[in-house]
Amino acid sequence: MTQVERQQWDVVVVGAGGAGLRAAIEARAQGARTAVICKSLFGKAHTVMAEGGIAAAMGNVNDGDDWRVHFRDTMRGGKFLNQWRMAELHAREAPDRVWELETWGALFDRTADGRISQRNFGGHEYPRLAHVGDRTGLELIRTLQQRIVGLQQEDFREHGDYEAGLKVFQECTVTRIVKDEEGRVSGVFCYERESGRFFVIEAPSVVIATGGIGKSFKVTSNSWEYTGDGHALALLAGAPLLNMEFVQFHPTGMVWPPSVKGILVTESVRGDGGVLRNSEGKRFMFDYIPDVFKEKYAESEAEGDRWYDDPDHNRRPPELLPRDEVARAINSEVKAGRGSPHGGVFLDVSTRMPAEVVRRRLPSMYHQFKELADVDITAEAMEVGPTCHYVMGGIAVDSDSAAARGVPGLYAAGEVAGGMHGSNRLGGNSLSDLLVFGRRAGLHAARYAAGLDVRPVVDEDQVDAAAAEALRPFSAEGPGEEDEGVGENPYTLHQELQKTMNDLVGIIRREHEMAEALQKLAELRVRARRAGVEGHRQFNPGWHLALDLRNMLLVSECVARAALERSESRGGHTREDWPGMDRQWRRANLLCRLADPTGGLAADPVRGQIRLSREETEPIRPDLLALFEKEELVKYLTEEELHE
Amino acid sequence: MSAYEAAFRLWRGNVDGGDLEDFKVEVNDGEVVLDIIHRLQATQAPDLAVRWNCKAGKCGSCSAEINGRPRLLCMTRMSTFTRDEVITVTPLRAFPVIRDLVTDVGFNYAKAREVPAFVPPAELGPGEYRMKQEDVDRSQEFRKCIECFLCQDTCHVVRDHEENKGAFAGPRFLMRVAELDMHPLDAADAEGLDRKTTAQDEHGLGYCNITKCCTEVCPEHIKITDNALIPLKERAADRKYDPLVWLGNTIRRRGR
Amino acid sequence: MATGTEPDLDPAGGVRGASRAAIAARHLRTDRWWLSPALTAAGLLAFVVYSTWRAFGNAHYYAAPYVSPFYSPCLAENCVPMKGGPNWEIFGSWWGLSPALLILIFPLGFRLTCYYYRKAYYRGFWASPPACAVAEPHRKYSGETRFPLILQNVHRYFFYAAVPVAGILTYDTVLAFRDEHYAWGHMGLGTVVMVVNIGLIWAYTLSCHSCRHIVGGKLKHFSRHPVRYRAWQWAGKLNARHMQLAWASLISVAVADFYVYLVASGVFADPRFF
Repeated sequence: MTQVERQQWDVVVVGAGGAGLRAAIEARAQGARTAVICKSLFGKAHTVMAEGGIAAAMGNVNDGDDWRVHFRDTMRGGKFLNQWRMAELHAREAPDRVWELETWGALFDRTADGRISQRNFGGHEYPRLAHVGDRTGLELIRTLQQRIVGLQQEDFREHGDYEAGLKVFQECTVTRIVKDEEGRVSGVFCYERESGRFFVIEAPSVVIATGGIGKSFKVTSNSWEYTGDGHALALLAGAPLLNMEFVQFHPTGMVWPPSVKGILVTESVRGDGGVLRNSEGKRFMFDYIPDVFKEKYAESEAEGDRWYDDPDHNRRPPELLPRDEVARAINSEVKAGRGSPHGGVFLDVSTRMPAEVVRRRLPSMYHQFKELADVDITAEAMEVGPTCHYVMGGIAVDSDSAAARGVPGLYAAGEVAGGMHGSNRLGGNSLSDLLVFGRRAGLHAARYAAGLDVRPVVDEDQVDAAAAEALRPFSAEGPGEEDEGVGENPYTLHQELQKTMNDLVGIIRREHEMAEALQKLAELRVRARRAGVEGHRQFNPGWHLALDLRNMLLVSECVARAALERSESRGGHTREDWPGMDRQWRRANLLCRLADPTGGLAADPVRGQIRLSREETEPIRPDLLALFEKEELVKYLTEEELHE
Repeated sequence: MSAYEAAFRLWRGNVDGGDLEDFKVEVNDGEVVLDIIHRLQATQAPDLAVRWNCKAGKCGSCSAEINGRPRLLCMTRMSTFTRDEVITVTPLRAFPVIRDLVTDVGFNYAKAREVPAFVPPAELGPGEYRMKQEDVDRSQEFRKCIECFLCQDTCHVVRDHEENKGAFAGPRFLMRVAELDMHPLDAADAEGLDRKTTAQDEHGLGYCNITKCCTEVCPEHIKITDNALIPLKERAADRKYDPLVWLGNTIRRRGR
Repeated sequence: MATGTEPDLDPAGGVRGASRAAIAARHLRTDRWWLSPALTAAGLLAFVVYSTWRAFGNAHYYAAPYVSPFYSPCLAENCVPMKGGPNWEIFGSWWGLSPALLILIFPLGFRLTCYYYRKAYYRGFWASPPACAVAEPHRKYSGETRFPLILQNVHRYFFYAAVPVAGILTYDTVLAFRDEHYAWGHMGLGTVVMVVNIGLIWAYTLSCHSCRHIVGGKLKHFSRHPVRYRAWQWAGKLNARHMQLAWASLISVAVADFYVYLVASGVFADPRFF
């Protein structure tokens, strides 16, 4: 039996971004002793990168807004593949989650009458995004962080210990979820990055809130943390992943200089008046309005321009189409040879508003271009192109409780959970998603933990296996018997993986390329088992990456297999060989499970580690369907669904 | 576009000791120092420890000292150096070192806990908050802080005097006190908490001698000294250095 | 564990303390970091020498219609009579020293406790710190927590005093629109010098951090005090230039005094415009 430190907590939250912190706050409020584990320092989570805002139908700017409109927009954005109950809960609860932040000290930008200001965003019918300049994610994470500190201060006053009821284990990584003999969650196996020391937290409830998978792609807006850890942990624990083929490419990432390629240019640039032009100076988005959105978007530049001041009598400009549409349009323009010098298109605010207004409304964008690219966005256009941004797919969860399917005690919230956004997420819906489902996950995890008479027992064999797995990179061997020395360089493997996913399972997908990707992933998997590292366990990034490779390879295979299977184009999944949206496919969810149900990874090189299955989506509740016009529904639903 | 080879000198080691090590490494157009560190990791020093996250100047993780100046690795463009310059990168020198470029920044988290949280007004429920933009502008500036802790690192009060770490919160957390004191709806007063007084009595505002290094290093360009620390000193003066109040307090103390 | 958050209270302290990265150098800066504190120290020193000489000189401070800003208002009986000028013999005849000493205490105190000058002399003279991220040479540091530096907190009272002083200097400037026979409606080069000086003095005084606090900075709700909010914004704009104004007004006050000295001592004849 491996001798590692043990601690007992009621709820363990893996990840300290918006969803994780909101879950922890709720679990602690329910009386559960809660531990948060995060790979980075507390307060550095990827949520800080969110710029635009939190979508919530508060109706502060346009009182025509309410949750039904928000629900409709979300379903349209997701091309009706959304887990509708999640979209409903999200739209209904988002305003409360935003207002609650104010009671914890958040300071949003204000309307003239002192309420929370809301801004326009792609796919949202009304101005709906509560924001703070273009650093809303930072405000969100800081508010939640400070709320946690506030709760710890309460605990200190009561117990003399800041960490009596809520503790953050920062710079620690979870490598396995451990279960008891009945298959229930019993804890997590972790290592501390600083020292390399292993420890086990025994807990009946685990909330996964680890975010996304973007680091498997070369051009991405995501940080190093986004290695799909939570997706992989859930798979390994026996839970299925849902619709992993849907990966959002944000239309506007920086394209130059190379070192910042992929870094996000917020959608607010377009929401506040920025326009997209090709190398001929044409606002090309007018040519790319799909039929399903024809009635909602302006046909002329004049109408689009009028909309900013008079949204009630004009239609919005097509720059504000959902992200998948804009990303594809940019991709097509570049392919047609009308791109910018560095392979993007032009995003221009300099001719649209005075320099002073640009600096005030888009301060961090101004800053980002000035300091990273030496471009003054008040004087010249930005060059932008699509960048891997978000994964709509994720752990299959129960809509109301955020419980992962098939593994009692496992919960998931935020980007790592699937279903909420269907095939494409609207901007601004991620921050509200984090808050709504973070709270729900924390609530139900705490209730589940409180409802158990006996805590599940940690299976010691699993702990031993996890420790051996984590140490393997230090004893890696060369590729053949003749070869001596250390194994594969994890950095090289990572770069090859990123290139494979970017080139072969990227924004536009083709059958033969995805088949090739699966082949390459199989090879990389074999090589990754030989990934070796130098040095020792104390803060060793090479070792950390070698361990993360397992997770990236697992989720990459999920993405590639699901993408190969779905023979249609919808939202964040575009097939060149199947360009149309197929109403039959709307009824299908694709589930990925680990091929070896015992959680092992010794996979067949051809069939891989992932088994794919198809299931039918749950019919949308009639009163929710009634929120849409019949003419709109026929574009998405099959005849028999409409007649049911 | 032209690549060249740059000379880097990195501090490598841990709490038991360490040294500056020399490296030669390729540099391409448009790169920042963090790109070079990553290239070193991938090619020459796989176990080189460095903290980083967003690589876009938004998370404040990759704080270090470049040629002796506290900077974010991701926001320091290589074009700001000459090609024959030796670029020295060390960990933050105000905090205990862990390994290579990584330091123990726990001091900052301890200080964060010592600043009492926002106190919501009892009479207002969620959704009832009304605040004017001009009333939140000041605190919003301070909330731009990405907690890179460069100001905490450069501040000589703790950088040069370890013994002051107990008494002094540092610029970041004095700014947090200012942020809350300027928050239009913070109801600390109603709970008997006077942030103006505690800034000085509990968070060590008096140690600040307004030499402005915190403002100089702030990657978010927050005017920490002019907009947070000095106004806070003035607010403390309102409470404590009004000569009549001061005289009264002194007499009372004598009488005790 | 990474969450260990107790500060390390190693008394050895400093960048070369036991827990810090083992680097022998007190700093690794490669730029000319010493230039700025050196210039500051030299500039301040020059002014101190000059003003000491002038303040104790007790001579050549009035050349009708100009009075040196060092000697205004003149509060002792031993002052040179200035027609219409700020001659108020509050101190009577017992005061035998230079009358400048009576009044200079206020602008001196204002500048000595000024947030900008504090930075300048802490860095330039005390080397505390000499420059950012350059280790300071002191073993102990208590900042402005105890006597005497805790007295820096009285800055605002010097600001209150500086306002009437600036008012009197404004009055002097108005009087400078006379000729040497006290006839109104004239102007000489000296008038221009005094106008520029008083402009800078006011700009420096109103850009003061205490001023910014008093006019509006102390408020919690700007929205309920629109006029003070406007005043605060205005003071803030000036305040952003506080350092520049501090130097400009320091130089202009010396220049104005020196100009009066040159005219009063007969070295130079004030060119009259009309």
